[in-house]
Amino acid sequence: MAHSSAAVAANPSAQADRRLAKVSARDVNVYYGEKHALKHVELDIRANEVTALIGPSGCGKSTFLRCINRMNDLIEIARVAGSLTLDGDDIYDRKVDVVQLRARVGMVFQKPNPFPKSIYDNVAYGPRIHGMAKDQTELDEIVMTSLEKAGLLAEVKDRLDEPGTGLSGGQQQRLCIARAIAVSPEVILMDEPCSALDPIATAKVEELIDELRENFTIVIVTHSMQQAARVSQRTAFFHLGELVEVGDTEQIFTNPQHPLTQGYITGRFG
Amino acid sequence: MTEHTVKSYDEELAHLTNIIARMGGMAEAQFAAALQALGRRDSDLAARVVAGDARVDELEQEIQSFTVRLLALRQPVASDLRHIVAALKISSELERIADYAANVAKRTLVLNQLPAVKPVSAVLHLARIVQEILKDILDAYIERDVEKAIRVWNRDEEVDDMYTGLFRELITYMMEDPRTITACTHLMFMAKNIERIGDHATNIAETLHFLVVGTPLKGARPKGNTVEAE
Amino acid sequence: MTEMVEQTSAPAAEAVASRLKRRYAAERRFQFRGMAAIAIALGFLALLLVSIVSKGMTAFTQTQIQVEVTFDAGILGVAPGADKEALAAGDYLGLAKAALWARFPDVTGRVERRQMAALLSPSAGDSLREMVQADPSLIGATRKVWLPAADSVDMTNKGFLPRDPKVEGARLNEAQLAWMGTLETGNVLSKRFNWKFITSGDSRDPTQAGVWGAVVGSFYSVLVTLLLSFPLGVATAVYLEEFAPKNRWTDLIEVNINNLAAVPSIVFGLLGLAVFLAVFGLPRSAPMVGGLVLTLMTLPTIIIAARAALKAVPPSIREAALGMGSSKLQMVTDHVLPLALPGILTGTILGMARALGESAPLLMIGMVAFIVDIPGGPMDPATVLPVQVYLWADSSERAFVEKTSAAIIVLLLFLAAMNLAAILLRKKFERRW
Repeated sequence: MAHSSAAVAANPSAQADRRLAKVSARDVNVYYGEKHALKHVELDIRANEVTALIGPSGCGKSTFLRCINRMNDLIEIARVAGSLTLDGDDIYDRKVDVVQLRARVGMVFQKPNPFPKSIYDNVAYGPRIHGMAKDQTELDEIVMTSLEKAGLLAEVKDRLDEPGTGLSGGQQQRLCIARAIAVSPEVILMDEPCSALDPIATAKVEELIDELRENFTIVIVTHSMQQAARVSQRTAFFHLGELVEVGDTEQIFTNPQHPLTQGYITGRFG
Repeated sequence: MTEHTVKSYDEELAHLTNIIARMGGMAEAQFAAALQALGRRDSDLAARVVAGDARVDELEQEIQSFTVRLLALRQPVASDLRHIVAALKISSELERIADYAANVAKRTLVLNQLPAVKPVSAVLHLARIVQEILKDILDAYIERDVEKAIRVWNRDEEVDDMYTGLFRELITYMMEDPRTITACTHLMFMAKNIERIGDHATNIAETLHFLVVGTPLKGARPKGNTVEAE
Repeated sequence: MTEMVEQTSAPAAEAVASRLKRRYAAERRFQFRGMAAIAIALGFLALLLVSIVSKGMTAFTQTQIQVEVTFDAGILGVAPGADKEALAAGDYLGLAKAALWARFPDVTGRVERRQMAALLSPSAGDSLREMVQADPSLIGATRKVWLPAADSVDMTNKGFLPRDPKVEGARLNEAQLAWMGTLETGNVLSKRFNWKFITSGDSRDPTQAGVWGAVVGSFYSVLVTLLLSFPLGVATAVYLEEFAPKNRWTDLIEVNINNLAAVPSIVFGLLGLAVFLAVFGLPRSAPMVGGLVLTLMTLPTIIIAARAALKAVPPSIREAALGMGSSKLQMVTDHVLPLALPGILTGTILGMARALGESAPLLMIGMVAFIVDIPGGPMDPATVLPVQVYLWADSSERAFVEKTSAAIIVLLLFLAAMNLAAILLRKKFERRW
């Protein structure tokens, strides 16, 4: 199995591509105690592209995602081996400041989780703790710009003082996205961001992702292959902890190379 | 209708309509050039028409892969699905139309080696009707005009009647002067090709109706092809 | 096929219906029992309140006698134009007695006069002293003043002691009772609001005894307890919940804290005696020491409540904060604590209520002394309300019975005020999420 994934997924010019990749994973293994959750993953995430990670439940896609911003550090029994780099710098190096890393790599979660503060404070929190604004005017500007980029400003501009938790589900998720982009990250990780949203809210978020990729690199984990097809340029298929196939989205969904990929996306298993 | 929330989807669908329009224009141009070559006995023009068919085939390939991509990546439903499926079918019809135009041009090359014969004008007369029909249906596609499509659909009978008349005329001509048999036979095939172009245009009308209304065009297609039954 | 279905459906439907009826009946019985339990609890609460209030209400009024007082310099024993010290040293009780004797001019005998003077409280002169100190020009003037009666008069007037001198327990003789009667009919002897109860400290004389000293002492004790136990308790809970590694040591600490919450409070008093008084040599009877002992007692309650409140904060908020690049401490202070605050405050209310009402540990560290002065700060000797209640309950004098219940009322009011403050605080911090 390891052989086939390496054969299918590896790129003969992997070394050269590594320089271009924004995030690069080489032989990444993750263990939860005794359980070997991710096996020998080799993957390049390209800059200013949307890369989708798909696969059945428990295949390790969320685990991989959370390695990129070291959220797996929060789990006591988790252990990460292998090399993960951001712009060529090792993410797991001992000298790396996790707080700084998470300002460069933002995250949006499955269930919208705005802070129980006002809408303004939600977006302003990140810039505040990272000291990104010298005064109130600058902070205001950052908040307004972020809300606008997230497509939320028009809907909330006259109620910035109201609690973020008072918005609808779709608006809350866009608020979380605004919050994430307020710190000007380079990479945005999204862990099933639309799974709790209705179709219209989902469409709005997908349009937002389309617009965001101009300025950010996006990695999205999704249960919905259709969403992966709509939204991403590259797709990686995970199965039982292994990366089975990765390629251009169009190629994966019209002519997948690996029988497992074909089986999964046509709904023949998993 | 309002736009899709995801703007790139709208852009892709517009692109699809544009390529079809372009392909339609090309097929129209090919047909017009072939007829011109026939009328003026211009072998150079005819040769160019034959060579130009390759470009139309390329467009059909492009449309095919684009629609497959759209189907895979957008999971279209309802009107979007009908639009994309219609595009696939129409591109295939247009490709056949261009092929027939090229065939006419090929036969023109042969015909130009023989002395001119009178029924050429009758063939051109048939062709002009078919040209009108083709133009109408391509306009109807751009405008999504179902009324126009139905009118085109109904004109197929007229084309069939004209073809039947032309067929008899050619037979008569050949019986009068056996030296013209070769030329008239070529003309007969050309007439058939032109009539087939008319049929394909009618197919496009049926597909357009399905695209806009969502149900197939009911009723048997009005047929005037009594000559085949004989 | 259809026949079989029809045959089995009828008895089956009956069984379902009867089961349903039984379920509804069980629910109704449960509801009834619940309401009965609440009614019984409320009934006992009402009983408690009624008995306390009925016994204690009378302490808020005091029998007073109105007399015309002539501020005679001669009786006072001060020279005209005397200074403050000399003024303070005057015989104001004499003034009061003279004023009372003036009411009954035909009473001349020494013994009778002394018996009549016994109708006045020994503190009757105090208010006169205050009046003169405020306005020395009163010397020589005459004023009508209400003076406090003696506790025997007070108790007899309120009906707690028998009016008939022959019945056992009566403290006034016939003559005194007759004078009392005359004063009553003259409308110069009546019950008036007892300000002294609320403003003065403890005293041997019931008419002068007040609860204010104990209130201030309680206030300082609880203040010290709050200032020490709240930050310590919350910080400990935060450390244990968020930062401590999940190993055996942490488990051990947890188990010990849970056990400490169940330790009898008097043990903490012993600890206070041994460590704070003996080793550190802190002043005995001071609210500071009382507060320290109560802190030890309250800490486990606050820590347990705070931990529960912290655990209740959804992990999605923590993840969101960490994902933004906040450090662990920022995550806790900016997000987790504000959300956990309502729960923490609830635990604090419980802890403080217990601290306010504890007497056993404070007895051990000496807050049972008889303190007259109002404490000026946490280091001055003081007593607390529960201990005051205990002391008065122990006293043999009849007058202290009503004061005991009145002190309990004050304690309950104090507690209610504290809880109200905490509830308002909690409401302010409550957030939806």
